[in-house]
Amino acid sequence: MSTSANGSSTAASPAFKRFAGTTDYIASASLVDAVNCALALERPLLVKGEPGTGKTLLARHVAEGLGLPLDSWHIKSTSKAEDGLYVYDTVQRLNDARFGDGNVRDIRSYIRLGPLGRVFTAKSRQVLLIDEIDKADLEFPNDILREIDEMRFTVLETGDEVVAVQRPMVIITSNNEKELPDAFLRRCVFHFIDFPDVAQMREIVAVHHPNVEKTLLEQVLLKFYWLRDQKELRKRPSTSELIDWITALVRAGVDPARLEAEVPFMGALLKNEQDTRAIESFVARGGKTPKAFSELGGLRR
Amino acid sequence: MVFLDFFFALREAGLKVTLQEWRMLLTCLEKGLHDSNIKGFYHVARACLVKSEADFDTFDLVFARYFEGIEGAIELPPELLEWLADPHPMEELSEELRRALEHLDIDELMRRFRETMAEQTERHDGGSRWVGTGGRSPFGHGGHHPTGIRVGGPGGGGMAMKVMEDRSFADYRTDVTLDVRNVKLALRRLRQLTRSDGPIELDIDETIDKTCREAGEIELVFRPKRKNDVRLLLLMDVGGTMDPYFEPVSRLLSALHEERGLRDFKAYYFHNCVYERVFETAQLMRKQSIATSDLMRTYGERWKLMIVGDAAMHPSELSSSRGNINPRLETETSGLVWLDRLEHHFDRSVWLNPDDVQQWAMSGTCRTISSLFPMYPLTVDGIEEGVKALVGARAETARPVLAPGSAGL
Repeated sequence: MSTSANGSSTAASPAFKRFAGTTDYIASASLVDAVNCALALERPLLVKGEPGTGKTLLARHVAEGLGLPLDSWHIKSTSKAEDGLYVYDTVQRLNDARFGDGNVRDIRSYIRLGPLGRVFTAKSRQVLLIDEIDKADLEFPNDILREIDEMRFTVLETGDEVVAVQRPMVIITSNNEKELPDAFLRRCVFHFIDFPDVAQMREIVAVHHPNVEKTLLEQVLLKFYWLRDQKELRKRPSTSELIDWITALVRAGVDPARLEAEVPFMGALLKNEQDTRAIESFVARGGKTPKAFSELGGLRR
Repeated sequence: MVFLDFFFALREAGLKVTLQEWRMLLTCLEKGLHDSNIKGFYHVARACLVKSEADFDTFDLVFARYFEGIEGAIELPPELLEWLADPHPMEELSEELRRALEHLDIDELMRRFRETMAEQTERHDGGSRWVGTGGRSPFGHGGHHPTGIRVGGPGGGGMAMKVMEDRSFADYRTDVTLDVRNVKLALRRLRQLTRSDGPIELDIDETIDKTCREAGEIELVFRPKRKNDVRLLLLMDVGGTMDPYFEPVSRLLSALHEERGLRDFKAYYFHNCVYERVFETAQLMRKQSIATSDLMRTYGERWKLMIVGDAAMHPSELSSSRGNINPRLETETSGLVWLDRLEHHFDRSVWLNPDDVQQWAMSGTCRTISSLFPMYPLTVDGIEEGVKALVGARAETARPVLAPGSAGL
């Protein structure tokens, strides 16, 4: 086996456990490759994609597939980079000092590790999900850059250095609400979850609803992709909404023939008043919906 | 390193691939993550080198051009890379490759490979393949080269090439597509924060400071909230040559209407060129119109002006004093003078043109107008550039100033 020209050592066999998808999660080949790149490089995996394409689920299934524990950090607009490392609970300490509770003299008992701190100090390798990083302030990704790169940080109050025992597998999701800084992107492995095509969607539906009647499923998919094709829609229905819709249709026992003529339980698919009204009026006017996939014009498949 | 050319080809195509990312890719290849096939290599390369779905299409195009015809020879690129990184690991190579290597030393192989590659880019249109089946090169299989190397065989590599050739990510290009969400992202920069007036908030720093100065006597300090101060006036060309662009323009309009950050936003319509009246609706009814001179009185110079139009018209419509295409709205002043007045009246103005950038130079009126207004394409990238020109640091460019009396130009 070779050693590379730049002198870094190359293991004869892959030194990491590869991810190959799980039975409940349909991952495309490109996604599996991206996950394995991130694992091999020990770099964060940045996952982007339309809402409802299973970005958050991915972390759970990567953890499951690799047999590693999962920790999550759900980002909010008020999230700060330091929250992920540790929080020094000054108020608690002040309170304890006032009433003479707890071990006030030991700062360490008032340092609470955040998600990053927790996965760094864990004994075994962990999977960390940083969910919806674009929700936070523009500078947020830059603020965690060094910690994610070097996998270490210092607790200022005590001077203790926290160094990752085992570099965690970090999965970051983004809904594209904000541009992420270049310096941050450079350090990530990137994957974009494209919207599933009809064949992939069949597989995905089969995982959630293994026993749907075939004619119903065909009608459902046809209607769904037709809806997604409508340019007037402000928010196009996503995979998770399709799954919900099928649940509703199956529970109500909707006849496939009825699906051909109308869109029952539209509320499960369209979450916007104007969108619902647009489709309703289209159907009321006797607008034609397609009878076969071949009639869906510009559909990307 | 042969693949380095691919790296430069990507950079040349405008992708901001860095050396750090390139080394990430090499590490992945060393670890064999591509599973020695072109599809795996494509996935790994994309995951390491491209960081936005907007760039996927460009990546696909470069990749397809660079590795065209490699489908049939699916085991080539990773192994080639390994030879080049290190000439020893021959036991890694297939039987056929090793036999071939006995005839050609590595330098010779490299040289020929490079040559073929250079040839390939030049003869791209001709469709002759450099590595693959039925080619004339020594690389690939099923070719006509007598001492050539048979490389690879049938495999499942076709998918990746198909993905590239289908250009399935073309819809995500930000320099072409325009949806309301993209536009909203581009418009986010339309911000100038000021504390001029409006509701007030508690200024904590100042309060603490004051309180300390007062020796602990609490003194609250208030200040106006930071607020976006951008006021935007949008003028849109409608009808005629603008009809094909109805969708992108309406998406820009709806994104602007939804943009709550703006202090004020107003939109008017015109046809072909701005003359003495602009209209409140796209139907251009005189009843619902405002004189352009009133427009300038109503909207002060602190407003920012954004004009959307293809700037393509008959030269006389722009420069003749009787140029208005609608005879009932005959005007005394030429459109060019009106445009010049608008440009001078407003502090900052931009022109967004939905036509292809290549077409701009072909229209004389478009050239004239683009010398008056900074012109950007009506794409996500173009809007972002335009927004920067409206609120960003001022780039001092000298614009030709029309003399006030040049009405009959």
